Amino acid sequence: MHGSRLRTLSALTAVTLTAGYALAAFVAPMDADQGFMQKIFYLHVPMAIVALCGFVFGGICAVAHLRTGDSRWDLRAYVAIHQSLILGAGVLLTGSIWARASWGHWWVWDEPTLVSFLIIFLLYATYTPLRFSIEDREKQARYASVFAITAGAFVPLNFMAVRAATSLVHPRTFDSADNLPGAMRSAFLVCLLGMALLYVTLWKYEMASKHTTAQLRALKRKLTADTDPHAPRSRRSAAPELQVR
Amino acid sequence: MIAASNVLPDNAGYVAAAYLVFLALILIYVGIMAHRLTRLERDVVELNELADRPDEPAADPDAPREEIRA
Repeated sequence: MHGSRLRTLSALTAVTLTAGYALAAFVAPMDADQGFMQKIFYLHVPMAIVALCGFVFGGICAVAHLRTGDSRWDLRAYVAIHQSLILGAGVLLTGSIWARASWGHWWVWDEPTLVSFLIIFLLYATYTPLRFSIEDREKQARYASVFAITAGAFVPLNFMAVRAATSLVHPRTFDSADNLPGAMRSAFLVCLLGMALLYVTLWKYEMASKHTTAQLRALKRKLTADTDPHAPRSRRSAAPELQVR
Repeated sequence: MIAASNVLPDNAGYVAAAYLVFLALILIYVGIMAHRLTRLERDVVELNELADRPDEPAADPDAPREEIRA
């Protein structure tokens, strides 16, 4: 997806995000318990949901890579995990700010939801160093895919385990219909859609950037090989190398 | 300032901080993408120069060298 379609997607993302946060700020009522502070919810929860879905998407792309051997699937998994890590950092930071405002602590270690998200984040934080530590490109892609599948399967398991836990300090959003009434639910859903669109848009941009870089590198190699047979090959990198034909 | 503090609800600072963190993350990401774009543009310029260069015979490291005579 290039050009006008990517521009349309970007515009749609901007409109949805703006509408979502305008709804959250001006239409959604104040929470009876937390008051204005609850507005962090419209940012923190969509980011967490999209980040976790992104990790699972990375695992699905990794399955496709192992099945087909196509390096494009490896690149898709790499970019998906990369984007989710950025959102994951946002979730941890905004969650800490909310925890400080709500509970009086930046972090609560005996709360399963917080600790489990941190474990997932730290698990995925090792993905890029793992890739960088393997020099052989084919082996790197294969090992990274196995990692992405294993970690991707861990995400829903972890989510279910946390929901089964008894600690209830961290609120549950959708465990009953009354938890999020009327305008709050609409604002939340628009924010969630906006965040998902933001993820997809940034993913598309990064994919387009990686494709263009790969094509330029291939062209450069082709041109320099004509004049300099000893031109250096691409340097070691954690990012997948696309086979440009 | 006094008027603003009268209008803003309690804990507004924390809410603003959370949204600023999100904004900062997006801005850093866009900044990194812009840096990459600059590098890509540099590569395109380099490739254009390579393509415009007149054809030179490929350097053959095994070719016999001319003897330098005093």
